[in-house]
Amino acid sequence: MLRIENISKTFNPGTMTEKRALEGVSLHLAPGDFVTVIGGNGAGKSTLMNSIAGSFPVDAGSILIAGTDITKWPEHKRAKFIGRVFQDPMMGTAANMMIEENLAIAARRGRTPTLRWSSSQKEQAHYRELLAGLGLGLEDRLESKVGLLSGGQRQALTLLMATLESPKLLLLDEHTAALDPKTAGKVLALTEKIVTESRLTTLMITHNMRDALRLGNRLIMMFGGRILFDVGGEEKKHLTVKDLLAMFEKAAGSELANDSLLLS
Amino acid sequence: MDLVISTISQGFLWALLAIGVYLTFRVLDIADLTVEGSFPLGAATAATLLTAGFHPIAAILAACIAGMIAGVVTGFLCTKLKIPALLAGILTMIALYSVNLRIMGKANLPLLQQDTIFTIWHFGMDKMTATLVIGAVIVLIVAAANYWFFGTEIGAAVRATGDNPHMIRANGINTDAMVVLGLLMSNGLVAISGALVAESNGFADVGMGVGTIVIGLASVIIGEVLFGTRSFFNCLISVILGSIVYRAVIAIVLQMGMPPNDLKLFTAILVAIALSMPLIKARFASMRKAVR
Repeated sequence: MLRIENISKTFNPGTMTEKRALEGVSLHLAPGDFVTVIGGNGAGKSTLMNSIAGSFPVDAGSILIAGTDITKWPEHKRAKFIGRVFQDPMMGTAANMMIEENLAIAARRGRTPTLRWSSSQKEQAHYRELLAGLGLGLEDRLESKVGLLSGGQRQALTLLMATLESPKLLLLDEHTAALDPKTAGKVLALTEKIVTESRLTTLMITHNMRDALRLGNRLIMMFGGRILFDVGGEEKKHLTVKDLLAMFEKAAGSELANDSLLLS
Repeated sequence: MDLVISTISQGFLWALLAIGVYLTFRVLDIADLTVEGSFPLGAATAATLLTAGFHPIAAILAACIAGMIAGVVTGFLCTKLKIPALLAGILTMIALYSVNLRIMGKANLPLLQQDTIFTIWHFGMDKMTATLVIGAVIVLIVAAANYWFFGTEIGAAVRATGDNPHMIRANGINTDAMVVLGLLMSNGLVAISGALVAESNGFADVGMGVGTIVIGLASVIIGEVLFGTRSFFNCLISVILGSIVYRAVIAIVLQMGMPPNDLKLFTAILVAIALSMPLIKARFASMRKAVR
């Protein structure tokens, strides 16, 4: 479903602040793969995700989704294939627009907008049903502005929006990191439900190793702009946080074991 | 009574400017100074075509198209060439000063005997009443068209672009195109406003755009404060009424003996106070809390 071949990205090349964020990363995702991504700060996790989403062009390599080479596509065009939830709960929704309007936009992700009225009665009934499924009491607030919702509610709404039109690839960039633990748990449970129900090919960055182990069928750890290791299937099921740390030490050198990776 | 009618009808003619400024300042979240050039551009285009014997409606439509082009130029500068929107607007505005002089061939073009939109459709009313009625009808049509447009998929995309560009890009919309579209619509409306004011006042002047951005902002803010911002429809009505209230305020201070030369200073202070209201309110609230 996703085929990344040898991509590299250097920020501010040739300056004092030059930063080689990705160094020849390759990654293949099969349809239905749910991959969790861990790694310390500056490991390249977010750069990898933003490269796929098209926030900036990569310096080398290629990115294919469902067989289509999207390496040169602008960000908005890639949205046809990709659903995204950002770390910042404010980023995925339009605060001054109604819940219904946000959903109507998401329901048309990747289609050229027309001069048709933006949402019908029938659609609104459908949205109400979907919102009821979130269990947050949003189904009666279709006409509320999104800015009135809490961070957790906005993130749940963003998740719903990103998956409303089944994306070929779902990108979750530490989407629960900015939430309190209880809300984060709820949003994560919701993520699990949506991803498994629709069998979405998903890439999820997380700082929480336990979540990374518990969720998904594959786990990759990044370090210094490279993928350090990539485990899946049975092997992943039996992994523990301890194993992860051991693997990390072995691959990256013991002096690095105190990296901010050890969060949680 | 005459003063009241002429105040309200001026309010209607300038309301299109206010709606235009609302589209950029509030919907797109851009302070677009192009309006200072597209307002006289509309006036110059309409006045020149009228003196050349064109129909008043044709003159207004041509003004609208000219304004749209000005908007596209600013849009091109700020999206494709990545010039900050404020500066892009200033560049277009300055360029339009020369363009407007070229269009008119001189700095001031009087409309002496020409038919205007307010004289061809008077239906037996005197000119003042005709201006009021025709102004009201045009504003209602424009407001209805805007209400419809911003309820469509493209309109929603334009609003979301101003609200949260990350979100709308992640949903597949080309934000650059939406910014250009918004600037096009805004400046088209501003140019119509300029054309109507020229036809009503009986002249077009190259300097008539000075301060229009501030007049537009004043109308938007007065309207929002007095008449609310609950929904897009509410905002449109507020902006139109804000334009009328602004004209009324101007008429009143002039009646009270303020020299007309001080008007722009007065308007600027009014807008500065209005724009700082949120901060003043917050300070005031925290002060009261401290006292308690």
